[in-house]
Amino acid sequence: MSSSNWTTDFLSLLSRDITVTRIDTSPVIVWQIESHAWQRFAELAMLQNLRWAAGWAEQAQNRFLINSCFEKQGEYVLLRASIDDANPELPSQATVYPAANRSERHTQDMFGIRFIGHPDNRRWTRHQAWTENSYPLRKDFPVQGTPVGITAPDMHYPFIKSHGAGVYEIPVGPVHAGIIEPGHFRFQAVGELILNLEERLGYVHKGMEKIAEGRTPESLARLAGRVSGDTTVGHCWAACMAMEQASGVVIPPRAALIRGILAERERIANHMGDIGAICNDVAFVFAQMQFTRLRELWLRTNATVFGHRLLMDRIVPGGVACDLSEASCSLIKKDIVELRKELAEVILALDLNSSLEDRLYTAGFLSEDTAAAYGTLGYVGRASGQDKDVRRDTPYPPYDQIKVKVALETQGDIASRFWVRYKEIMAALHMIEDFIDQLVAGDIRSEWQMPASGSEGLGIVEGWRGEIVCYVRFDADDKIARFYPRDPSQLNWPALEKLVLNNIVPDFPVCNKSLNGSYSGNDL
Amino acid sequence: MLRILKKILTTGVVTERFSLRSHAAGHGNVDELEQLGIQVKRHIDKKFSGSIAIRQVDAGSCNGCELEIHALNNPFYDIERFGVHFVASPRHADVLLVTGPVSRHMQTALLRTYEATPNPKWVVAAGDCAACGGEFGVSYASCGAVSNVIPVDAVIPGCPPTPLALMKGLLELMSAKK
Ligand code: SF4
Repeated sequence: MSSSNWTTDFLSLLSRDITVTRIDTSPVIVWQIESHAWQRFAELAMLQNLRWAAGWAEQAQNRFLINSCFEKQGEYVLLRASIDDANPELPSQATVYPAANRSERHTQDMFGIRFIGHPDNRRWTRHQAWTENSYPLRKDFPVQGTPVGITAPDMHYPFIKSHGAGVYEIPVGPVHAGIIEPGHFRFQAVGELILNLEERLGYVHKGMEKIAEGRTPESLARLAGRVSGDTTVGHCWAACMAMEQASGVVIPPRAALIRGILAERERIANHMGDIGAICNDVAFVFAQMQFTRLRELWLRTNATVFGHRLLMDRIVPGGVACDLSEASCSLIKKDIVELRKELAEVILALDLNSSLEDRLYTAGFLSEDTAAAYGTLGYVGRASGQDKDVRRDTPYPPYDQIKVKVALETQGDIASRFWVRYKEIMAALHMIEDFIDQLVAGDIRSEWQMPASGSEGLGIVEGWRGEIVCYVRFDADDKIARFYPRDPSQLNWPALEKLVLNNIVPDFPVCNKSLNGSYSGNDL
Repeated sequence: MLRILKKILTTGVVTERFSLRSHAAGHGNVDELEQLGIQVKRHIDKKFSGSIAIRQVDAGSCNGCELEIHALNNPFYDIERFGVHFVASPRHADVLLVTGPVSRHMQTALLRTYEATPNPKWVVAAGDCAACGGEFGVSYASCGAVSNVIPVDAVIPGCPPTPLALMKGLLELMSAKK
């Protein structure tokens, strides 16, 4: 990893324009600035190629703290401004970073903070479950809210309109035709061609940030494991990492290795499921059957070895909840050998299949520029040339002990995303073997230490969908004051609106599957 | 093409060769699954003239439950062979399989889906969230259990319920119904 010189250079560059106060008490690098310089900072950051990674707010007494997390060369900086709650507003960063768009809208809905100059300040997370002038994440908003009997449908959301001869609209959802999560898609099409797609999410908003408040570390880990069920390991790890950072708890080396094995197993299970589903969406059922079969075998080993098919609640604050026996290690290794053999056979059949080639190549194209502008993460970003991976760029245990190979493609189409995922499976199999080989004896859980009131932590891990950023702040008595998990889906959903353009409507399912955003992880 | 055929042939029918690998109890026992399936099929034949149509509705889940419902269609469980199939519209459904706590933003959509399902119909609440609110409970954003919003005929606990638990739950529903 290159040295962190950019922060020093950048700080001196900033000093001409903006006064930055470094808050060193925190384990996170925090730069505090005046709120009026919020947008100016973004402009300068953009010039220096900083990546906007996440944004959130929190209420502290009669002030709001606004946070934006930036990254460059694997180094993360938390930018912070404090504003008076009597007039909560500050200039938008979304004008500079499109990636910040929905995040600022979420903050606007949840806290009533105005982002001046925001390019699109329609409501986002709020539908009709609470009223326009009430804000669930403010401290005076009761967790029960004031619900009416039946929450009205969100009928009058001002969708973008298009006019012209032959242009028609297709509304889809929230209840979809398959076994998938709910959300609404509004297409404008001419003939079969998609002119525009607008996503309307927020249907599975479950108030996770609010119901996290007051929880114990254990209980927060459980909740984090349900931010998005398919990423239970990733989110649980990020939340535990944030809590451990806040309290200064160091997890035992053995626990770190087991966490690594869990995370890579989750990555492989999801990629296998999705590769099968992508093939199914172009009517190549052979592959779907093979991959769902391999996935099922994989999940059964999860159940045998870890006691849960999806690996929920295996990561706990301070370490992991389950150890690995010698027998389990050899079962895992044996499985890997078999899986490699099977994948080699199946993938050859796929690679040579002309109908897959016909449907997956050039479809759902996402350019490198668009991916960079929207901060697209994980396999979607990596299929469009975004060479980012937290495991390699900001290695955390156990990834600091191995060489992480990052799969990269530059074509930006569905086929690229398909192949990136396949390569990630192969790389993950190697990592699991490495972790097992390095498995040291010892504890699997460190004793928890109650953090001081006000301590904060930032957990950043590479989930199977990409970088997860999780912020935690503690109150007194080990209670959670603020929990904010940023799922990679929040940054990847907007990419779907772009990559479907000029594709035909019937290709939407396969375009969507190739990205596979989490609704729950986005809506919180 | 030859490769595909070869792979299909060498893979064989995993659906029946269930005990090929020994896995933890409750997660893949050939006898249990077969027996369950046969019972399910018997009920379906008698009460639903051979097949039952399920419409799955995610009313706010974390998506974990969906993953396991999906698994019912993989070649190991292949639930269609027992006459159970998933349909794309509530208009075609006998059963609504609802997951998640009902988020308030999904409340109307769930009610409308319920109304769109022809009578007679049954509702199964799958997963701890659907059963009792689970980790999310009742809040400004969540109505909690499915039964807080529409009448529920059967509940399948688990977070998420395993495919086998889902099969058992469906069986219970059908044995209870006249
Ligand atoms: S029961 Fe568990 S897996 Fe299912 S939706 Fe609730 S939290 Fe997710």
